[in-house]
Amino acid sequence: MMAAEKELQVKEKQQAQQQAESTRDIPVYIPDVDIYETQDALVMLVDMPGVAPQDVNIDLKDDTLTIRGTVSDYGLGETPVLMEYGVGDYFREFTLGHYIDQSKIEATMKDGVLKLVLPKVDRAKARKIEVKAE
Amino acid sequence: MAITRWSSPSTFKPLEELERLRREMDRLFDNVMSRRSWLTAKVYPPINITEDKDAYYIRAELPGVKPEDIEISVEADTVIIGGERKAEDVGTNVTYHRKERETGKFKRAVRLPTQMDPDKVEAKFKNGILTVILPKSEGSKPRQIQVKAE
Repeated sequence: MMAAEKELQVKEKQQAQQQAESTRDIPVYIPDVDIYETQDALVMLVDMPGVAPQDVNIDLKDDTLTIRGTVSDYGLGETPVLMEYGVGDYFREFTLGHYIDQSKIEATMKDGVLKLVLPKVDRAKARKIEVKAE
Repeated sequence: MAITRWSSPSTFKPLEELERLRREMDRLFDNVMSRRSWLTAKVYPPINITEDKDAYYIRAELPGVKPEDIEISVEADTVIIGGERKAEDVGTNVTYHRKERETGKFKRAVRLPTQMDPDKVEAKFKNGILTVILPKSEGSKPRQIQVKAE
């Protein structure tokens, strides 16, 4: 129950170091991710607040998974009074192992959180190895 | 910054030197003051406040928070944003590789320079961004004052 009582702490957003410069004049941040493994898949949860589902770009090339999110609708045209967090796009790359079935990756986006389900190929699924007595 | 030699009597002009020092101080202060005030309050969630002629807008990034888990209350000139970011239901028997997304409760009070009408305050939640819209009262809106010729 300890975890549920915890109060959230402020964490500064980290800017991404990109090789190519962005054409948009706003910062690019590294989104926070959770990665967990179930029996059949690797699941990623990526925080990208302000990014609409249609503005998420997921690219898979060789073994590199690239996640890009473009923010929209963040009060352009209004006068800033107090700015405590930076508004920007999101970018993060991961190298996938060979045990992911790259053709069956599924992505959903809800409330600013991208969920990626990366199914494992059959041979990579956990097997229980029995120890034989001799 | 230019380095000026002090010792030579021909180049040492105390008044000019003072003036230079004053300019340098002004520049330093301007740098400090105009810096954007990132994370001033150190209370979750960080907020951005903007305004236009009709309203103030308070925005906070709350990815993964369900709209029903957010509570907003208004009292005179203070808006209180509270709620809880719950952990995603991942089922049992999972192994974590990374865990950067945090969960927990939050509550933050924001005070605005004007009184607000609680009935007119609106809140939207879209793509993980909470926007609280606080319409300005007629009295606090800027007025154009016509200069009459006599």
